[in-house]
Amino acid sequence: MTNQAALTIPVSQAEWRLPSRRKVAVALLILTESAMFTIFVVAYLFYIGKSLTGPYPNQVLATPIISTICLLGSSLTIVLAERALRQENRGRFQFWWMVTILLAAVFLSFTASEWHRLITVHHLTISTNLFGTTFYSLVGLHASHVVVGSTLLGLVLVLSLRGYVKKEHHEHVKMVSWYWHFVDAVWVVVFTVVYIIGR
Amino acid sequence: MAFQEIALPRKSGTTALVIERLHGLVVTVDHKKLGLMYIGTALIFLIVAGSMAWVIRMQLAVPNNDLVSPQVFNRLFTMHGTSMVFLVGMPIIAGLMNYLVPLMIGARDMAFPRLNAFGYWMFLFGGLLLYSSYLASPGLLGAGSAPNVGWFAYAPLTGRAFSRGNSTDYWILALFVSGIGSVVSALNVIVTTVSMRCKGMTLMRMPLFVWLMILTSFMILLALPPLTAAQIMLLLDRFLGANFFDTQAGGDAVLWQHFFWIFGHPEVYILMIPAFACLSEIIPVFSRKPIFGYPIMVAATTMIALISVSVWAHHMFAVGMTSIGNTFFAASTFMVAVPTGIKIFNWLGTMYGGKLRFELPMLFCMGFLFQFLIAGLTGVMLGVTPFNWQLTDSYFVVAHFHYTLVGSFLFGIFAGIYYWYPKAVGRMLNKKLGLWHFWLFLIGFHLTFDPQHFAGMLGMPRRIYTFDPGRGWEIYNLISSIGAILQAAGLLCLVANLFLSLRKGERAGDDPWDAWTLEWSTASPPTEYNFETLPEVRSRRPLWDLKHPEDPDWKYE
Repeated sequence: MTNQAALTIPVSQAEWRLPSRRKVAVALLILTESAMFTIFVVAYLFYIGKSLTGPYPNQVLATPIISTICLLGSSLTIVLAERALRQENRGRFQFWWMVTILLAAVFLSFTASEWHRLITVHHLTISTNLFGTTFYSLVGLHASHVVVGSTLLGLVLVLSLRGYVKKEHHEHVKMVSWYWHFVDAVWVVVFTVVYIIGR
Repeated sequence: MAFQEIALPRKSGTTALVIERLHGLVVTVDHKKLGLMYIGTALIFLIVAGSMAWVIRMQLAVPNNDLVSPQVFNRLFTMHGTSMVFLVGMPIIAGLMNYLVPLMIGARDMAFPRLNAFGYWMFLFGGLLLYSSYLASPGLLGAGSAPNVGWFAYAPLTGRAFSRGNSTDYWILALFVSGIGSVVSALNVIVTTVSMRCKGMTLMRMPLFVWLMILTSFMILLALPPLTAAQIMLLLDRFLGANFFDTQAGGDAVLWQHFFWIFGHPEVYILMIPAFACLSEIIPVFSRKPIFGYPIMVAATTMIALISVSVWAHHMFAVGMTSIGNTFFAASTFMVAVPTGIKIFNWLGTMYGGKLRFELPMLFCMGFLFQFLIAGLTGVMLGVTPFNWQLTDSYFVVAHFHYTLVGSFLFGIFAGIYYWYPKAVGRMLNKKLGLWHFWLFLIGFHLTFDPQHFAGMLGMPRRIYTFDPGRGWEIYNLISSIGAILQAAGLLCLVANLFLSLRKGERAGDDPWDAWTLEWSTASPPTEYNFETLPEVRSRRPLWDLKHPEDPDWKYE
């Protein structure tokens, strides 16, 4: 194309740099997921105190302090893992990465035991009342995101154990950690709404 | 699918087997092929959903008609509305974005080509899922067929008790699946424009089309997840016995309306802004002037995008909100008219004093301007709460939103098709047939939808399958149905034109309209890699700079 050749004529010397595709994409993914969480949070807030029958939140919910500490702590350990990867310290990276997965597993097992207790002891299911409906859907949506995040973490761990994760993949790993931070941040909202405001 | 096949590279001498071509479509990740596949599929759905509208009009042509039963009628308007919004409007804009955004910003493909293909196939499977309800739904439980709950599917009508069988589940899942497709394609468009613009293309040098498509994509990212969330809740209600919209357990049916319209109103602008985008490219080229007030256009569209997320409850004035709620949503509805008016004045300002060329794209743009003005005015009327109480759910509302979606959105898209078809195919669309399309469709449109305003003011509610004589609605409905025949004839002219011009159209050359944006610097149709060398731009109209080195734009911008 003659046109194209001519198009490049007026050359400017300034450097032309644009943001990384990965970062923009993950940021947008987080944005759009936030929009979805917002609707579930709004539904929860809207239905607080509107259940026609029990059990009610103040009767059955216990504040999940340990699991919250685990999940928020995992945001810290994943940062340590990332830093280790940047410094090409593979052993330390894998160590902190495994700790992160472990913390996620602890969180999920606390959620599982909480749900088990609610269902078997208090007979609260998703169809019992509005509290059950909104509680299981909001906490469940978050927990499913933890599961997705843990799967990603596990994938990176497997790849790393097989020696595929190197320093040049730092940004890839960072994207997983961005998603993980998002999942943790959502928990702060869910915790506030469900265990503090809603009780 | 023949419309899409033209994008495939022709084997010299021999014609590629049909099966090979189809295989090429299935495995492709090329943004241009996917763009054409989106548009081609959407046009097929347009014909299907248009035929449904046609049957609706025939049923309503005379009083006490029994062409279709009430049950079939309910399915018809539900499928018509759902298809037109999710299977025609959304994929057409996705197709335009896909095809044009990389070309306009001087990139070789989208940021994530495979994700792009994933988006298309999700949309297609969503569409097929919706239509398979006609076949599969009665087979499972013996109750119901296609969804019949209306395109906004108000609770509690969608509850297990009132919507037996699985037809509503088809509606939920089809929209869920195609919604994922829309979200990933929107994400892809934003990443592409943010991270892949060619050298020199700063944000304020992007073509307005690209600006508007970014804003649309942001709205998709923010507006579709609420719908998805609401649909998850509805599914939980229907299958696990949750109580979100179950009034007997204390749930709130109006909450569904809020959630739906938090999606539904931005959706209107998600569809309209791409039509604005087409106009913003076409009107300058056919007026031989740069767009009037480029920064103001960007600002006005951003304003529309921002305000449009706070107007949703103007669809709900009649459900009994507080007067504060009514006032707020009425006020925000008036506010959104301001940036919209700015845009109309900017297009007029571009045309004013220009050397107008009345080619087909320009004709459709001018039709758009007239009809969009009226659509906007009736929109403001409906934003006045007491007026809305009088006319809510009447044919006046039907006339209003068809003025926006047919008279404006579709006219803008038609303008875009006439404008970019030569680029995608390498041949011009036939002008004579195009003029037939324009006039038949224009006259048919006005015959159909102008009288509906009056029928609505005389009290005709929407969604009734027939009516008694003697209420003064007969003549308006008859004219309306005659208009539908003309619209169908016009649409047939377009379809015939698209097919005939594939082979017989006049050769277009690279730049048939003497335009200024980068897509016209490529071959027609563009090669798979778009640009041999990535271009570098210094102004908003790079091809103007190239054609007029003595007086380039970058001296003034």
